[in-house]
Amino acid sequence: MTQIVLTLLLVALAAAGFCLGRHRAARLSGGRPSVLHSRPVYHGWFVALACGLPAISLWIATLVVGDWLVESAIVASLSQELQEASGPVLRRFLSDAETLAAGGTPTMEVTPALEAAADAFSRFRALEHWIGFGAALGAGLVASRVAFRRIDIPARTRQPVERVLLAVLLVAAAISVLTTAGIVFSVLFEAIRFFDKVPVPDFLFGLKWSPQIALREDQVGSSGAFGAVPLFAGTLLVTVIAMAVAGPVGLLSAIYLAEYADPRFRAVAKPMLEVLAGIPTVVYGFFAALIVAPALRSAGMGIGLDVASESALAAGLVMGIMIIPFVSSLTDDALAAVPAALRDASLGLGATRQETVTRVVLPAALPGIVAGFLLAVSRAVGETMIVVMAAGLAANLTANPLDTVTTVTVQIVTLLVGDQEFDSAKTLAAFALGLALFVMTLGLNVVALRVVHRYREKYD
Amino acid sequence: MTDPAPAMTSYHLSEKAGRRLRRRYARERGFKVLSLGALGLTALFLVILLGSVVLSGWSGFITTKMRLDVTYSESHVDAGDPSSGNIRMVVLDALRERFPDVSDRRGLRALLGIVSNRGFLDVGREVAGDPALVGRTVEFWLPVSSDIDMLNKGYIDRTAPEDRRRLDDRTIAWIDDLEASGDIATVFNWTFLTSGDSREPELAGIGGAVLGSFWVLLVTFLVSFPTGVAAAIYLEEFAPKRRWVDIIEVNINNLAAVPSIVFGLLGLAVFLNVMHLPRSAPVVGGLTLALMTLPTIIITTRASMKGIPPSIRDAALGIGASPVQVVSHHLLPLAMPRLLTGAIIGMAQALGETAPLLMIGMVAFVVDLPGGPADAATALPVQIFLWADSPERGFVEKTSAAIMVLLGFLVAMNGLAVYLRQRFEIRW
Repeated sequence: MTQIVLTLLLVALAAAGFCLGRHRAARLSGGRPSVLHSRPVYHGWFVALACGLPAISLWIATLVVGDWLVESAIVASLSQELQEASGPVLRRFLSDAETLAAGGTPTMEVTPALEAAADAFSRFRALEHWIGFGAALGAGLVASRVAFRRIDIPARTRQPVERVLLAVLLVAAAISVLTTAGIVFSVLFEAIRFFDKVPVPDFLFGLKWSPQIALREDQVGSSGAFGAVPLFAGTLLVTVIAMAVAGPVGLLSAIYLAEYADPRFRAVAKPMLEVLAGIPTVVYGFFAALIVAPALRSAGMGIGLDVASESALAAGLVMGIMIIPFVSSLTDDALAAVPAALRDASLGLGATRQETVTRVVLPAALPGIVAGFLLAVSRAVGETMIVVMAAGLAANLTANPLDTVTTVTVQIVTLLVGDQEFDSAKTLAAFALGLALFVMTLGLNVVALRVVHRYREKYD
Repeated sequence: MTDPAPAMTSYHLSEKAGRRLRRRYARERGFKVLSLGALGLTALFLVILLGSVVLSGWSGFITTKMRLDVTYSESHVDAGDPSSGNIRMVVLDALRERFPDVSDRRGLRALLGIVSNRGFLDVGREVAGDPALVGRTVEFWLPVSSDIDMLNKGYIDRTAPEDRRRLDDRTIAWIDDLEASGDIATVFNWTFLTSGDSREPELAGIGGAVLGSFWVLLVTFLVSFPTGVAAAIYLEEFAPKRRWVDIIEVNINNLAAVPSIVFGLLGLAVFLNVMHLPRSAPVVGGLTLALMTLPTIIITTRASMKGIPPSIRDAALGIGASPVQVVSHHLLPLAMPRLLTGAIIGMAQALGETAPLLMIGMVAFVVDLPGGPADAATALPVQIFLWADSPERGFVEKTSAAIMVLLGFLVAMNGLAVYLRQRFEIRW
């Protein structure tokens, strides 16, 4: 809480610097801003940044370094026994002491040692805050005083302000790269720790998936089995069913919209597809689990087939419905990119529309359509909620769509939802699966882009 | 004089040709019908999907209440300390008075089971707030338990054998009796819209989840909009056209195709395990979804900046504006409507997202309404996921009703985006 208040105080100081700087520049110009090299606003920003940048960075630095110092000081004051305790125990003790210092309820019993630590926490923290704040305030005041003095008619304050702004823009652009790097490293790092416990070939080619770790050492199957083949097979099965629905339906819908429909019909049908695309996946999951799956089960009973209540078919069908708009809009784009001259020539030779579509337009649009299908597959592979809600947990290695299968995403969710200890192979397995998922979807994406680039016909 | 004979033998006019032509036309018609059928099938899916949600969800917005005249007798409630009175006995006495012929233990327990737990709280709160009520009789409309609610809405089959039904014949007879005397009412379910989650379906609401979603979206917007716009401006206007800019560009496109659950893994590993931010908090959910919406916002921003004619840039530069001023004085204000449209669509996507929130622990059972972005909370889609898993019949209608609310929000957001686009669109 104090941190927030003190941070706001520093921001307020910078804002005051902005007003003062702008005011001084405006007064110097004597009512004619054009005599200034930089407009008054830039002088204001100049002072504000001169005040805020050093102050806030110093403040953050003291918070980071100070926290570390406070923690090591407290650890040093602890009893021998606790100091030698393992990492998690010490961590829990420290976080409990911190909670107690903040007035909360700690997770373990309040002991004198804990109280002493909490007491030390609150004292050191207060000290840290005031020293840090004092330093930040001093630096801000000195720097803004220097900046304020530099305000003059020929002073070139616009350039430094714009340089800071550009740096901010560059940092923002770098965040997207950092996100990718973050995904790769966080997933890769945990996956490597997983592969320390389970060898890569066992994971990639093992036929048995049962991640339950036994409570006792001597229990049967105590090591857990991490063979991911059943998960890949299940993902493949659900994806194939989904594409069997979405492929033809999406393709034909796009053909009708692009080749047959008049603009008024398009104006109705396009939004309908957009609505379908905008429905959250959790709604599709609900639909699959509570409506489609029971319906399929009773239909199967009617004709003497035994359909599992969490069949791959239900999940795949609904996933297919979800992907229809995706396929159809990408196909629509590909068809629209085929020049009208090709169509006109074909029709002019007497071909029917159907002949034009199947023999001229589709071959010309093929790279785009293939790329669209690949992107749709990548969507289906990474889709989570539908399969979590409608597909099962049993890792069966089967090609029967009426059976229960499980997918990569389902297992990631199952392994990570709920309480977890972060070092067990079970938790780390989720990251290994995440890595596999990331590599698969990225691969499909890259291949799709390649297909478009390499095989696209140029018609200009 | 024309002779038809040679014409009949020509390749194009022979009888064979006629058959060929008819076949081609038939194939053409078949193809057209087939592709129209595909569209029709899609429409049918949409209708079934929405229809089944509405059909099972509309009753989630209404609830059943029963009238009961409750007497706060001095033997159960002490006027000096009314908040510690035995409210169960007070309600039981009132029910006994209403159904005098019930006297056995099981019957009395079943009688108490009609009233929802919230009903006891209501009765207790009333007298705690006004001790003068002790010894007096007050008329209450109390919420009934979920089974009775289901019966009143017609979800319980009265013709089924008694042992295969959730309510026995006697309870049904009581309810019919209450109904006949006008003591049962069906009212709008405000509890559903305002309260948090509950183990009991009749008391469960989406208020907490909606608030949780609000905090998540607020954080998402505050992080992803400025960052995304700044990144796009840099790439579009200031970045030197060098190789690593291409890399950023390819990277952004790939990031847009990464499955959302992988972003959840990132949030778990970075925000929770490295930065030690609180589990289940909207601020973590918001940050995770912000990283996910960032590519969308960057892509729409770049598209709208590209759409501004170069003459505007040239004119501003020509009268002495610096490149930064060109952006901040001209390009950004002109692009703003499309930027906001893109941001709203991005937020709508983030609102419907569930999987990453599961990863960072926003699936907790949260009864209290979250007061800020650091409190434990769930989000609306996660609440739907949780309820869809609950076996009770009463949660089915709640799930569908929550879906209707979620879809309502999405329609409103997308409608706003369409309105903004049409209202402020500039055609060059």
